[in-house]
Amino acid sequence: MGIEESLPEGVLLTSLEKFAGYAQKTSMWPVTFGLACCAIEMMAAAGPRYDLGRFGMEVFRASPRQADLMIVAGRLSNKMAPILRQVYDQMPDQKWVLSMGACASSGGMFNNYAIVQGVDHIVPVDVYVPGCPPRPEQLIDGIIKVREMAQQRKQGAQRERQVVELEGFALHATPIADMKGLVR
Amino acid sequence: MTEPVVPEQRQELHVIDVRTGSFHVQGSGDTSGFAGLTRQVAMPGATSRPFGGWFDQAADVLFERLQTAGIDGVEHVVIDREEMTLFVRREHLLEVARILRDDEYLRFEMCLGVSGVHYPGDTDRELHVIANLLSLTHNRRVRLEVTCPDSDRHVPSLVSLWPSADWHERETWDFFGIIFDGHPALTRIMMPDDWAGHPQRKDYPLNGIDVEFKGATNAAPHTRRSYS
Amino acid sequence: MSTGYETTEGRVHTVTGGDWDSVRGAAEGAKERVVVNMGPQHPSTHGVLRMILELEGETVMEARGAIGYLHTGIEKTMEYRSWTQGVTLVTRMDYLTQFFNETAYCMSVEKLLGISDDVPERAKVIRVMMMELCRIQSHLVALGTGGMELGALTAMTNGFRDRELILDIFEGITGLRMNNAYIRPGGVANDIPEGFEKTIADNLTQLKKNLHDNANMLIDNPIWTARNVGTGYLDLTACVALGVTGPLLRATGLPWDLRRMQPYLDYETYEFDVITENTCDNYGRFLIRIREMDESVKIVEQCLDRLRPGAVMVADKRIAWPAQLQVGADGQGNSFEHIRKIMGTSMESLIHHFKLVTEGFTVPTGQAYVPLESPKGEIGAHVVSDGGTRPYRVHFREPSFNNLQAIPALCEGGMVADVIASVASIDPVMGGVDR
Repeated sequence: MGIEESLPEGVLLTSLEKFAGYAQKTSMWPVTFGLACCAIEMMAAAGPRYDLGRFGMEVFRASPRQADLMIVAGRLSNKMAPILRQVYDQMPDQKWVLSMGACASSGGMFNNYAIVQGVDHIVPVDVYVPGCPPRPEQLIDGIIKVREMAQQRKQGAQRERQVVELEGFALHATPIADMKGLVR
Repeated sequence: MTEPVVPEQRQELHVIDVRTGSFHVQGSGDTSGFAGLTRQVAMPGATSRPFGGWFDQAADVLFERLQTAGIDGVEHVVIDREEMTLFVRREHLLEVARILRDDEYLRFEMCLGVSGVHYPGDTDRELHVIANLLSLTHNRRVRLEVTCPDSDRHVPSLVSLWPSADWHERETWDFFGIIFDGHPALTRIMMPDDWAGHPQRKDYPLNGIDVEFKGATNAAPHTRRSYS
Repeated sequence: MSTGYETTEGRVHTVTGGDWDSVRGAAEGAKERVVVNMGPQHPSTHGVLRMILELEGETVMEARGAIGYLHTGIEKTMEYRSWTQGVTLVTRMDYLTQFFNETAYCMSVEKLLGISDDVPERAKVIRVMMMELCRIQSHLVALGTGGMELGALTAMTNGFRDRELILDIFEGITGLRMNNAYIRPGGVANDIPEGFEKTIADNLTQLKKNLHDNANMLIDNPIWTARNVGTGYLDLTACVALGVTGPLLRATGLPWDLRRMQPYLDYETYEFDVITENTCDNYGRFLIRIREMDESVKIVEQCLDRLRPGAVMVADKRIAWPAQLQVGADGQGNSFEHIRKIMGTSMESLIHHFKLVTEGFTVPTGQAYVPLESPKGEIGAHVVSDGGTRPYRVHFREPSFNNLQAIPALCEGGMVADVIASVASIDPVMGGVDR
């Protein structure tokens, strides 16, 4: 694939990772996936008061081939789910997904036949931003977390190890319904 | 001297359902006594004359036109909360609707929308199709209500009279399964094209999932007890 | 000079210049239609609307709109929630005209309850004020996104900048910027905070100065007029046949505005003009929206003058929402006096509060339909009650649902670029269309 795949591990790769992470973090372009009310707050976040341009993100690419961040903003209906997956698949690698709002994260207040109960049923999500709708400041907080993930992302062989490590955490995590004993 | 006082505008009630047992609980050892409750659900039925306001004249014009045409199209008229609802027989729907649209005293030129309601307890009249009409000329509104049984879900389409009913009838087909005869392209509009079932019918469940919290789950909304 | 020969894939022409007429003449015999699928994910920010266009060159021969990609099952979900919880669901339908959805639903419920005349004066004035502010905000988004789709990106930034002023007012009164479940059956959820009228007036003054930025930039702008004048033609016959209301209907010259024709909430006592144009095209609708914003500002000022101290919820305790809301240390919740009363002093108040909030009030059987004039057209809620604590059936007559049926009428025969301008002038919000 890229040059990063063929570089040997070591100091050279680590420096490359830092540079690649910095470059990706500061020039992330979101793909327009505004679905419902959260899309309006996303547009407000790109507006003059809560400026997304300071992160280099005011350009929402309509073509997924030119984007690396997908902000799923709004409720995902069963009819729209295949399209979400298709757009996600069309994004080139090194992509992040931010699930904005309660409906995208978990189905929100619509627990029924029409809404997918969380976009993580369809695409892998990196950051969940709760809210109905989340304020632009909350969305920016989520975006900053995604930027940190982009900065910390490893390349090449180290990435493969990182992926295995993260999947290990996920496989051994306690399901939410089993987290008992938290109420005093 | 003890004549019963009958109010001028007598309103009959039309019973659509009889519900027994509160909280939809049956034979579970419920000792509260609420399980023995029986409630009759009755919607406003036919209103007797005089209706009041412009309703009388409009109904007179309509019935006169129908009589000339020899059609007994209107089952009954309901005046409730200052709104007029005409219950129309489905076999005469188009003729009644044409009179409503074209007669110069009535002139309901705009059809605002067509929707459905499902009353599973109203035997042989389970599915109601409701069309809201607006007269720009006379600044008036009327509602048409057409019923059809679950066993024969066919209602004539209003698209030939009001093109705005197009998508509305598709939506009503999608959600209730009512087939509109004469509709140019009756296909699903809201649900995916290959969806099975008609979601807004009362026998279609809401189909949510159990909500997970830390340490417990909450049942999906349609499986919880209901208080009505 | 052109020579042509047949291949397996059609006729191939070799053109050597100066002979365009003969090339075009030959090609006209074999018209080729391209089917273009626009959406549901596309740069036009009107949400998940899918349009299937059949093009011959640049001309749209057939246009079809496909909807349902945001269908949320709100109407069925409402059958499993109490009457007041319905407000929280209804507010998310057309998320840019949130107060109109809420008011249409609440007025239908109040009609069924029979308390339409008992809604307090202050609640009515607050409802009108919030609705008119919502109208300004919706038109700002319409102009902003419409401008952005046609390339006028500053229209977007201007529009959203001015919208923030209104969202500050919403946040101060209701606690939320969007999706505020503020208007409840019987009145409004809580009163305007002390001294907040001054903030509203200040924001309004600032808004009046800002509102004309977009207008000054776009009116008589050569690019804007070239894209919008004469495109998206929809005359009165078409509007009436297709059930189209709102700015599209008023652009044909008919001054049909429900606030004037079938007034509700004392609209007959407010002074405002019904804006009409008679050009029936996209430019006329754009002018209508700009001037309607000015009229709405006038109405909000009249509302502020009319506010008198009083209750904001109906007096009937069996229906009225039991608590006023207040912002505390952990967010917005029931007001402190109310909590002190129900937890400290009165068991009956606690039970009353509990029953009203969990079970809700009952509504007598019947059906009602109350239409309002929303920024997009006529919005109405058809509510059917079976005498219980939950709605039996709620159906919304959404203006965008009807207006989108006019896409073929607006677009066919025009060019592809005009499709964008026409859809922008319809201003559909897919949350309302798909519900």
